[in-house]
Amino acid sequence: MNAFSVAAFNSGLTLATPEIFLGLAGCGILLLDLLIGDERRHWTAALSIAALLITAVLAAGVEVSGPVTALGGMFLVDAMSQALKVVALVIVAVVFVYSIEYMRHRGILKGEYFVLGLFATLGILVLISAASLVTVYLGLELLSLCLYAMVAFDRDSGRAAESAIKFFVLGSLASGTLLYGMSIIYGVTGSLELGTIAAAVQGGLATNIGLLFGIAFLIVAIGFKFGAVPFHMWIPDVYEGSPTCVTLFVGSAPKIAAFALAMRLLVDGLGGAHVDWGQMLVVLSVLSMAVGNVVAIAQTNLKRMLGYSTISHVGYILLGILAGTSQGYQSAMFYTITYVIVAAGSFGMILLLSRHGFEADRIEDFKGLNARSPWFAGMMAIFMFSLAGLPPFIGFWAKLGVIQAVLGINAVWLAVVAVLFSVVGAFYYLRVVKMMYFDEPVDAARIDGSPLMRAVLSANALLVLLLGIAPGALLVVCAHALP
Amino acid sequence: MITLTEVLTLSGLLFSIAVAGVFLNRKNVILLLMCIELMLLAVNFNFVAFSRFLGDINGQIFVFFILTVAAAEAAIGLAILVVLFRERRSIDVEDLDSLQG
Repeated sequence: MNAFSVAAFNSGLTLATPEIFLGLAGCGILLLDLLIGDERRHWTAALSIAALLITAVLAAGVEVSGPVTALGGMFLVDAMSQALKVVALVIVAVVFVYSIEYMRHRGILKGEYFVLGLFATLGILVLISAASLVTVYLGLELLSLCLYAMVAFDRDSGRAAESAIKFFVLGSLASGTLLYGMSIIYGVTGSLELGTIAAAVQGGLATNIGLLFGIAFLIVAIGFKFGAVPFHMWIPDVYEGSPTCVTLFVGSAPKIAAFALAMRLLVDGLGGAHVDWGQMLVVLSVLSMAVGNVVAIAQTNLKRMLGYSTISHVGYILLGILAGTSQGYQSAMFYTITYVIVAAGSFGMILLLSRHGFEADRIEDFKGLNARSPWFAGMMAIFMFSLAGLPPFIGFWAKLGVIQAVLGINAVWLAVVAVLFSVVGAFYYLRVVKMMYFDEPVDAARIDGSPLMRAVLSANALLVLLLGIAPGALLVVCAHALP
Repeated sequence: MITLTEVLTLSGLLFSIAVAGVFLNRKNVILLLMCIELMLLAVNFNFVAFSRFLGDINGQIFVFFILTVAAAEAAIGLAILVVLFRERRSIDVEDLDSLQG
């Protein structure tokens, strides 16, 4: 632990400006929301979105040359943290835009959703910048506690309450496991700082049986937070049970947090023990790809199907991480970012089609969408093709990247498994496309949605197409973030 | 003199009881919350023991954070439980089966 110096503390605060601003903005909006009547609740939404975008600008503006730790070694800013923060903040802002109409129709347009969302985002930012086990834990808990509350936020829905309690119990179990693993690693390495832990592991602790024991617990917790099989039980229930606006939130930005959690703990802290955790991730990854893709075929509820689809995509993200090469980490980061963009868009489509008293969350609800709105049928088709991994959409490059990464470590069988299950996965995504274009519409209602939401959703889909045609810029960002 | 092994064994036992409680309990959700709390306390025990035997104060500071977060977690857990009870008039684990597939 370094001696305290005012100058170092101040420069640390400068590095943490985005987090400090977002925390203050969250508190301010919480107070302002009390003064705003229910009919003007969209002001809370607008303020929250503005706060997120300002934070994104601040996060992009923090200037560092190379990784810098601050605040007594608790806080780390590097190229990866900056890129992930900006993506997370923008995605949450998009999520808020999609959610407003849905919540208004159900009479649940309340400030709590936005404030909890802002604090959850703060948790994500803290986790992304964590340089110590304490910061990792605090960021993760700030995110998780907000998510539990958000899932239960529609108080009159028994299903939401049930999925919230399941989420809460399993999530807390995962946090407990994470802490137990952290305590063991603290005991073995004698430090809470990830940098010191990394040095200790490099210095000959890699084969220590106690460390291996601790890593096993961490892997269980990371698996839970990602939603990897066999720790995926909460995902389908939470996705189906919570209000769609919350499903959208849970299904997007927290994936970035889970990726950051894995990178900080496994790579920054325990990089020297890659042989140990790589093996464990292989099991999680293969099981996730298999179970996620196969079980998704049997689903009739679109939210539940996208839940299983998340599980399968987590398998692919883990594929990149387990490779243990910088090419692998880059491809995993690329996969996470693109998946989050596509997932936000697909849940956004469900929100667009839903209206008062109609959830649009069954797959049949998308039948004949082309006849009702060719434009949005095209948008949905883009999302589905991208999730299936077809060129020229962004999902193709993401899958190609992780498969190249495992080929890079000569794990040919893993690449074969990944390709096979992505073929299985293509079936259920293409079924949605088939229903939109070749089935008769069962529901002829006009597609509503505010002009802003339509514009953002269209931009989201076109971004998926555009990045698919020219993925170079995002690839460069990832390569720069994880050299 | 109590050795580190003894303390770790005890906290390991507490942790196992807590995890077993979460999975074996078929009765009601309050017991689940108690098990989660027990799990966090077992971890605290671990941290304090390591901190003492390593001669490093950071582990004990971490315990304060864990205690605080555990209190917040219990508050949210109980709040969700109240919502659940209002909707279902039951907090039995076996009744939590409306979402399946």
